[in-house]
Amino acid sequence: MDIPDARKRWSHRINTITIGAGRDAGGSRTSTVTVGGETTLPFYRFEGEMPHAPVVALEVWDIAPPDWPDAAREPFADVLDDPGKWAQKCVAYGAPLVCLRLKGCDPLIADRTPDEAARAARRVVESVGVPLIIWGCGKEDKDNEVFPVVAEAVRGENCLLATFTEGNYKTLTALGTAYDHKLVAESPVDINIAKQVNILALDAGFPLENIVIFPSTGALGYGIEYVYSIMERTRIAGLQGDKAMALPILCDIASQAWSVKEAKAGVDEVPEWGDPRARGPMWEAATAYVYLMAGADVLVMRHPQAARAVQDVVKKLMVPPGQGGPA
Amino acid sequence: MILIGERINAGFKDIGRAIRDKDKGPVQEWARRQAAAGASYLDVNIGAVSKDPRDMVWLVQAVLEAVPTPISVDSTQPEVLRAGLEALDGGPALINSTTADDGRLARVIPLAVEFHASLLGLAMDERGSPPDVARRVENGAKIFAAAVEAGLAPDQVFLDPILMPIRFMQDQCPKVLETIREFTLFSDPPLHISVGLSNIRSEAKERKLLTRTFVVMALALGLDAAIMDVLDEELRAAVATAELVLNREIYTDDYLRAFRLKAGGAGEPRRAG
Repeated sequence: MDIPDARKRWSHRINTITIGAGRDAGGSRTSTVTVGGETTLPFYRFEGEMPHAPVVALEVWDIAPPDWPDAAREPFADVLDDPGKWAQKCVAYGAPLVCLRLKGCDPLIADRTPDEAARAARRVVESVGVPLIIWGCGKEDKDNEVFPVVAEAVRGENCLLATFTEGNYKTLTALGTAYDHKLVAESPVDINIAKQVNILALDAGFPLENIVIFPSTGALGYGIEYVYSIMERTRIAGLQGDKAMALPILCDIASQAWSVKEAKAGVDEVPEWGDPRARGPMWEAATAYVYLMAGADVLVMRHPQAARAVQDVVKKLMVPPGQGGPA
Repeated sequence: MILIGERINAGFKDIGRAIRDKDKGPVQEWARRQAAAGASYLDVNIGAVSKDPRDMVWLVQAVLEAVPTPISVDSTQPEVLRAGLEALDGGPALINSTTADDGRLARVIPLAVEFHASLLGLAMDERGSPPDVARRVENGAKIFAAAVEAGLAPDQVFLDPILMPIRFMQDQCPKVLETIREFTLFSDPPLHISVGLSNIRSEAKERKLLTRTFVVMALALGLDAAIMDVLDEELRAAVATAELVLNREIYTDDYLRAFRLKAGGAGEPRRAG
């Protein structure tokens, strides 16, 4: 009996987006990163195209992180107070993209000024040739002060600025347009708001082609199934022609995976869970694997070992069908 | 929903005159207005004004110069259809239309195959308009089978159950609705189901209300395309809202805006790599 052909043909393509600009494009990057362009679900390359592999961005903070567990600190222990050297180390660990997190600007952490944030951004830009994600502190009022200075300081570099929400899309879309940056649209694990923020940005004159969706991320064991289903539905809607949903997706693995006790608890706290130096990166990598399957195009990660593991899996899954890879 | 703009039709006086005078102005104006309103296809019809395929070529070219929206080449004459398809130069197209008549099927389906076009089939035959559900289903099945047999994908086929004016043939309205539901059973993956929406209101008084009430009911039963007045904002809003209620679109506060965004691109086929 013939096995029926169950392959599906989707009618539309997910947008393709490039981060980073070289000298010829008005920036100073020595490499760029392109994601998106899928015409099928993640890694279903027997039925459609996945022209660009998902990429891992390793994070860099503008201040030495006050509360990271040792397992996360150790790979960067000697560079945590210098964003430039930290970024270089990320590149040495194989990251094609660096995510500068302006945590120090948070009024409750170090309340750094917009100028200090801009100096940190310049320092990273001048230290590495890879493209940048620049992530605000997450407090909307402060981000609205910080981003205008930072976006100008790295103008033309075609960074990915994260994030805008229903509340602050006007500032970020204006900056993205003025200084040639791409933007990350954030929504609180809510597909309706995910669509709405994109529509708001579009109405503000910012093209969907320059937006990456950040649907919020949950760590393994902490509502990951729910985020997964939202991401999958987003991607399916995009492949079916919903243009406000046909955008690449970003996941913040780093901050979520490392905020749960399974990743960060010390061996003295829960001896039966084993060495956190192995457990933490494993928790982060396992979280990332799930999001790869859900449609992530960009994964922000913390531990170089976890990042490497995820990059290896992506490489295996991207082997063309019929050349020894899966399916 | 796939919105097919009805306005570039020689049946409208300004378009008829434009074709006779070779005045691109009104044609391009309607092309732009319908595209901006979110039309997925623009129907293009030289109607009773002309039987000359060169007029179809002129009309298609005038539209192409104005907007990139895919075109629905509308004629009962296969040679006029061919002329219009050739003028499209490989661009995406809908052929409007064939009937279940054997002679027509034999001449029109090969055009769809040759030009990689979608095909709209009217569920009527050489005996004329269908009086009941059974004849509509029979004709629709015949067209669908012939199209798929010739190599068209199910989603390249649009079936039209033949909507008639409620003022003169009220009893046909529920039959059309029932036919729509029957058509949905033909195929999985699904085919498209389309109506000439303005037919229902012919010479009626409450024209707009009739149209949007019918379309909401038909959408619930499986309609997913219509040749229609895409500039009727309340009609578009009713369509968008019905599609939300049916959970075919993801709700968002600005769903009317999102609907227009989607409708504007729904006819673009993805260029296979």
